[in-house]
Amino acid sequence: MEHHNLEQIFQDKIDQEIKIEPRDWMPDAYRKTNLRQISQHAHSEIVGMLPEGNWISRAPSLKRKAILLAKVQDEAGHGLYLYAAAETLGQSREQMIEDLHSGRAKYSSIFNYPTLTWADMGAIGWLVDGAAIMNQVMLTRTSYGPYARAMVRICKEESFHQRQGFEILLVLSKGSDAQKAMCQDAINRWWWPALMMFGPRDGESTNSDMSMKWKIKRKSNDELRQQFVDMIAEQVKLLNMTLPDEKLRWNENKKHYDFGEINWDEFWQVVKGNGPCNKERLAARKKAWEEGRWVREAASAYAAKQKQKQQAA
Amino acid sequence: MQLIRKFYYGDIPEDASGAAKAGPVQPASDWPLWEVFIRSKQGLEHKHVGSLHAADATMAIENARDVYTRRSEGISIWVVESHHIKTSAPEAAAELYEPAQDKIYRHPTFYDLPDEIKHM
Repeated sequence: MEHHNLEQIFQDKIDQEIKIEPRDWMPDAYRKTNLRQISQHAHSEIVGMLPEGNWISRAPSLKRKAILLAKVQDEAGHGLYLYAAAETLGQSREQMIEDLHSGRAKYSSIFNYPTLTWADMGAIGWLVDGAAIMNQVMLTRTSYGPYARAMVRICKEESFHQRQGFEILLVLSKGSDAQKAMCQDAINRWWWPALMMFGPRDGESTNSDMSMKWKIKRKSNDELRQQFVDMIAEQVKLLNMTLPDEKLRWNENKKHYDFGEINWDEFWQVVKGNGPCNKERLAARKKAWEEGRWVREAASAYAAKQKQKQQAA
Repeated sequence: MQLIRKFYYGDIPEDASGAAKAGPVQPASDWPLWEVFIRSKQGLEHKHVGSLHAADATMAIENARDVYTRRSEGISIWVVESHHIKTSAPEAAAELYEPAQDKIYRHPTFYDLPDEIKHM
């Protein structure tokens, strides 16, 4: 069959909302784009455990400790679902992990910010997971089957993450003056980085965009960001807190909230590795990987030995 | 034609990220891939839920328990090494499945019967 024909058949499937499965023919660029996005997404889940892991032993009660532990465990699971989806595109798990550790692969920049107080666990659940969910809900309809299925599973589990985060802040917002101040401080520090999670402004660069045509993504960064602002600007009222943006106000004509400009210098600095915790996060990942080496090797050796025994018997 | 490029959430292009270049690694030490099937409750079939890496079957089942049944999604787990699964080729779809398409008389709705008929 002609290459052109294959591409036409592929695009027809996409247009008819038929999912693409691993063994179907797909353009190289589609495979590459999906591989990059899914592996970045997987890395984000894995690195995303680190800012919270710090607080498991410092949670204010046994209940909060159990909840946080469950959330972090979910994130490990979500990373695994996504790595498995990426592997269906022909890249090995080891290669992906190597790419993360060498700095070649990216993960969401949000995890390069420090978690200074307990209120940060609330702000992360509410704002960071909230922003992630907007994206993930959209991705349940992405055109690549394994990615879409991983997203359905993740979305089912993720909603508790956001709710527990809001609840942490709700409790603090009704507490002592110091607790209220801690709540507001966490919101102040996480608001802008959360908005940056949606990525650069639409139209930042020139290049043809296939992600939309291929239905890998269905909404642009700015669309999702606006949706998020509209949602959070209402929810923050229930906390009796404010968002740190003087330009934030309801625009009756647009039926959306207007909001201020993101500090794009900061955005690119963090993306390029100069954020407050980039080095720390990668170092923690590599340390965990290295320190786990003997466990992986022991498991392989044990499996080989058992196999030998079985064959001998 | 140059179109406006939109970046999407979680998608930082390599050229703009200042990423270091790295060579490929040998996947030699990769644990094998296992497909996981879960029975959600007694009386239902095992259903494919996903895959994972593990050194052996015992570990695959333990990992599957942690990854796929954290919210009581299952009461029984099957694992099978992925390379044991044989699949039909997508290119063969026409010859495999088209013969069934024109045999609508295999469906009960094909038969036009009077409304008065009971228990059928």
